[in-house]
Amino acid sequence: MMRSPLVRVLRLTLPFWRGMLLAVLLGALTIASSVSLMATSAWLISKAALRPSIAELSVAVVGVRFFGIARGVFRYAERLVSHETTFRLLAHLRVEFYKALEPLAPARLASLRSGDLLSRAIDDIESLQNLYLRAVAPPLVALVIAIGLTLFLGLFDPLIALVVLAFMLAAGILVPLIAWSSSQRSGTRSVDVRAELNATLLDDIQGMADLLVYGRAETYLSRIDALSRQLANEEEQAAHGDALQLALSTFLTSAAALAVLAVAIPRIDGVYLATVALATIAAFEAFGPLAQAAVNLGANAQAARRLFEIADMSPVVADPALPAPPSISPALDIRDLTFRYAGDAPPVLDRVSLSLQPGERIAILGESGAGKSTLVNLLLRFWDYDGGHILLGGRELRDYTQTDVRDTFGVMTQRTHLFNTTIRDNIRIARSDASQEYIEAAARQAQIHDFITSLPDGYDSLVGEDGSQVSGGERQRIALARALLKDAPILILDEATANLDPVTERAVLETILRVTEGRGLLMFTHRHVLLDRMDRVYVIHGGRLLPHE
Amino acid sequence: MEARTAPRALAASLGTHALLGLLIIAQAFLLSGVIARVFLRGDDLAAVTASLVTLLVIVVLRALLIYANARASARLAIAVKNDLRRRFVAHLYALGPAYSRAERSGDLILSATEGIDKLDGYFRDYLPGLFAALFLPVVILLVVLPLDALTFVVLLVTAPLIPFFMALIGIAAGALAKRQFLEMRYLGAHFLDVMQGLTTLKLFNRSRYQIETIRRITGQFRAATMRVLRVAFLSAFTLEMLATLSVAIVAVEIGVRLLHGGIAFEQALFLLVIAPEFYLPLRALGAKFHNATEGKAAAERLYEVLDTPLPDQPTTDALPVPESMHIRFEGVRLAYADGARPALDGVSFDITPGQFVALIGPSGSGKTTIANLLLRFVEPDGGRILVGEHDLRRISPDSWRAQIAWVSQSPYLFNTTVADNIRFSRPEATEAQVIAAAQSAGAHDFITRLPQGYNTLCGERGLRLSGGQAQRIALARALLRDAPLLILDEPTSQLDPDGEAGIIEALRRHAEGRTVLLITHRLSTIVSADRVLLIKDGKLIEDGTPSDMLAAEGYTARLLESDGGGADDA
Repeated sequence: MMRSPLVRVLRLTLPFWRGMLLAVLLGALTIASSVSLMATSAWLISKAALRPSIAELSVAVVGVRFFGIARGVFRYAERLVSHETTFRLLAHLRVEFYKALEPLAPARLASLRSGDLLSRAIDDIESLQNLYLRAVAPPLVALVIAIGLTLFLGLFDPLIALVVLAFMLAAGILVPLIAWSSSQRSGTRSVDVRAELNATLLDDIQGMADLLVYGRAETYLSRIDALSRQLANEEEQAAHGDALQLALSTFLTSAAALAVLAVAIPRIDGVYLATVALATIAAFEAFGPLAQAAVNLGANAQAARRLFEIADMSPVVADPALPAPPSISPALDIRDLTFRYAGDAPPVLDRVSLSLQPGERIAILGESGAGKSTLVNLLLRFWDYDGGHILLGGRELRDYTQTDVRDTFGVMTQRTHLFNTTIRDNIRIARSDASQEYIEAAARQAQIHDFITSLPDGYDSLVGEDGSQVSGGERQRIALARALLKDAPILILDEATANLDPVTERAVLETILRVTEGRGLLMFTHRHVLLDRMDRVYVIHGGRLLPHE
Repeated sequence: MEARTAPRALAASLGTHALLGLLIIAQAFLLSGVIARVFLRGDDLAAVTASLVTLLVIVVLRALLIYANARASARLAIAVKNDLRRRFVAHLYALGPAYSRAERSGDLILSATEGIDKLDGYFRDYLPGLFAALFLPVVILLVVLPLDALTFVVLLVTAPLIPFFMALIGIAAGALAKRQFLEMRYLGAHFLDVMQGLTTLKLFNRSRYQIETIRRITGQFRAATMRVLRVAFLSAFTLEMLATLSVAIVAVEIGVRLLHGGIAFEQALFLLVIAPEFYLPLRALGAKFHNATEGKAAAERLYEVLDTPLPDQPTTDALPVPESMHIRFEGVRLAYADGARPALDGVSFDITPGQFVALIGPSGSGKTTIANLLLRFVEPDGGRILVGEHDLRRISPDSWRAQIAWVSQSPYLFNTTVADNIRFSRPEATEAQVIAAAQSAGAHDFITRLPQGYNTLCGERGLRLSGGQAQRIALARALLRDAPLLILDEPTSQLDPDGEAGIIEALRRHAEGRTVLLITHRLSTIVSADRVLLIKDGKLIEDGTPSDMLAAEGYTARLLESDGGGADDA
């Protein structure tokens, strides 16, 4: 049975119940201080009006001063505890999400179109860190205050307590409900309009040159106005909901005080009248954040649902129960390999057979979409194959663990990801225990060592976000150094030089061929470069692998 | 300043706030009056019913005014956002595509979307809140003064301390927010970086180790932030303390004087009821302070663009586009914005109508700049471009661009269907014409294999096509337009040799009777040109037929060598 995403995410917060409980307690004490301050002050001046001896007031005077100070202290402590808990929760959520995501990469994540959905998932996690602070804590605090005030007023007269309880229920349930339903109603629609508007702004700004050349700028710009107006309508409607709950909660606060007076006047000693009225007004502070909490809870549920949608996917590839020991021979034998991404889809690979003996070099030509990347994905066990065989050292590839299979291949793709850290750490990803000596040797082989040492910070230079600080040629050479450091018996180049200009491309390829002498090489490309240096050349087209004539 | 965009909403927002302040004072008066009468004069419920009903009316009025105020403030924010959005985009268009080039477009889009949304809190909450924080305390002070001088003094002395502490918090919070935002962004960026590099990590069997790294970095962030927050919360603590402690001081002070008959109970209770209201708008403003800082930061980025002066408009006496498409560059010079080096350094050539010209040269040599000049995205700093007998500057950009079909280096596909993306260049084109253009561009086959064929959505919110597919669609777009001048910026860079040959073939057919400027570095495309121009470091180095160029030493020859080693390529 599928649990609601909110319940599941609330379960994730369970390890932090101590911190959360403490923060709720402190939050309640903060408001209780205000209530006590107003109640004690009101009693103090009411009593003083009867001109008793000063001794009768001394406890109240101390109380007023104490509550005046206590509120600030409790608030301070509450903020520290709740923030600490929030940060811990964030770390926990990130790690849990990563753990769920890691086995899914890359096969399942391909559909997430890395950029946008992934960054949205990250935003979702960040919004969930506020789940406790802005959605769970306020109602709990309000509950504590409601119980406390009801008990306190009950001391004077049960009817007063009941009347105030009714108003608190309205403020605690009715107002958040209005806020929630109005945000639900306008929320989904305004999200759509906003997304449409943002997409149009993207079109208008990124596509400006095309819009100008083809004379379509005015048409597109008028769309912004139309969508802005539409969004304004949605926002006006949302504003109606916001304004309504704001007005209602102010009304309930003051009306509760009036009702208390009306009930209390004939029933209790006049010296307590001010006390019950002012305590009631002060207590309603606890109900103020509830409307927003309800809205946040809705948003958090959405975020949680999106995250679980990703995290609940099952990995495409699983390790065998009894894995074979790592292969000793890096001989690769592909026989009649057939693969389709979905059962009813046309085959992406159709009875492909290929053998790569140690030290052999093979080039496979083909346009994008011909099946090259699929073959690479199958070799790396990113996807599972169903028809035919891939044999590594004579054993079926899926008999090995994924880790052992990936240890066999060094891979360089068209856009190897560079992490936003130093060049050294980027190369070292291939072998975390590699000494500087090994790193430099790999960089020399990749002919990037001189470039690195020419930088002010040498190997400690940062490459920027996804390698934005280095050129395409440098990026690929760093990626090559990384692949070489791994020292795997088979090197796979998947369009590794496609982004480079012809002169650089040739230079990088020459380097690769020189330094991988003696290792198996599988080069996938759509450009006919250095084919004469290959042992064999194939063409892949429509999923079929044929010798290149 | 922007608030003047919607003067009525602004007036309504501030006016209702002022009325609300008066009602709050009236409510406190009546409330303390009712309690005093029952408590000290022994009135019963019936005697105070009228006052209670009046109080109820005030409470209802307050609720209505709060509603009106929230609506007016929202209207103000909406109006300001819409106005700024329109002005922002209009200004970007006035600045032209050269300004919002790729490396900057991400930031600009963020400003236009999230940046403008961030102004909402400023205009909806902060600005009206600022007014309330100035107005209500002053009115309360004026009411309190004749009632009790001592309370007046307590309020008067503490009141300026609150803005003082708030400013202190604001400054500290501003710096803190900035720092925390940076760290937060670093943290988020690191997480995204790991996520995006997950495949790479897996290739190297390193993905499991990242769990520890994420835990560690987030932990470090928590420790660092908490150290800062411990101090930052102290000022908020002081502020809270000041507000509640003042109420306590007022309560004790009037309590003691009541004891000696120095003040009447009714007035004393009024003071106690109104004292928290005195501090409330000030404290509320403190809570909205982050709206202000966020809004200001967003506004700054918007004004960076809005305050960018527009380039000099070329002369306004727009000439018609001449009959002859004879294009002549005369010593054209253009410097990059940073002024470091010229993008074009005195380039002269002419293209006769109907010529198929290939423009080659290393990356960054100035090829795309020539295209941008012809497209009127930039204007030359020196020299001139003539079309027929007219200076290009004196022809209106719109009518000139109507003569051009263009494929950019990285084609942009709009958030609409494939068909509309092709039809983009000629909205009135029939379906058959669209399909014919797609066939010429070699796009028809893959389009029909898409989930919804020609009706498949592409762009940001639709199907992401491969670079080669996007190029073919952009080509179909250009071919569909019946324009006398074709400018193609590396239109086949993402295609394989076979695909490229097909495209060049289609281009040659389409070029019949048209002028074509093809920027390329592929040998196979150069040989089919009538003429080749070689640009290097902003200068025209060679100008000749393809066979001349290939015979010569130099860049073209090296290009030939790189492009697959000659004969076996074909």
